[in-house]
Amino acid sequence: MSEQVSAALLLIGAFFMLLAGLGVLRLPDLFMRLQAATKASTLGVGCMLLAAAVHFQGLAVTTRTTLVIAFFCVTAPVGAHMIARAAYAAGVPLWEGTIVDELRERRRASRDPAPGRTADSPPPVEDREPA
Amino acid sequence: MSQSLLTMTETAVRLALAMVGLALFLTFVRLVRGPTLPDRVVALDLMGVLAVGMIAAYAVATNQPVLLDPATVLALVGFLGTVAFAGYLERRGRDE
Repeated sequence: MSEQVSAALLLIGAFFMLLAGLGVLRLPDLFMRLQAATKASTLGVGCMLLAAAVHFQGLAVTTRTTLVIAFFCVTAPVGAHMIARAAYAAGVPLWEGTIVDELRERRRASRDPAPGRTADSPPPVEDREPA
Repeated sequence: MSQSLLTMTETAVRLALAMVGLALFLTFVRLVRGPTLPDRVVALDLMGVLAVGMIAAYAVATNQPVLLDPATVLALVGFLGTVAFAGYLERRGRDE
């Protein structure tokens, strides 16, 4: 029984890793690639480490794999956020089909307030979020 | 090889290693091609994670739980590398 579970988890994990690689190669801009790389690979590596835990069936191995999985779940979003923040600040271009860029509107609103504002620009941050 | 049939675990491990290897290759293409530096950082980060998965599959294949220790270390070092690259990107973006 555990053999089937381990094999299935291995294949599922490898499939999600393949999806991550495919997404990183094929998606059109950095931020989409980043989300493919982060989420799919976290799920993939979690499944593969679980497969190892199921295969070896020992307390030591289970503890280690659980630790690594927890570590990935904590660090992957943090790392992705840091890269995305830095890349956005550095002006990496978004995909030309992008519809909404709320961060840019927010930054523009907070940088030059009332005088330069046009009718269609969003209200400054202070108006939307009363302290 | 003398035996004719592989066990289920062996088959799964081989398939999994092939898939992760293909993923590594695709990511490597992005690493070489990647138009901007953050693209390359993302690809490098993903390659680290893929390597951890590959090590896990290889540990199952060889029945050696010791191999999971390098996976742990690789996960830690990969995160540190990502953080360092992100800090570098941030500083570089501000200087320009």
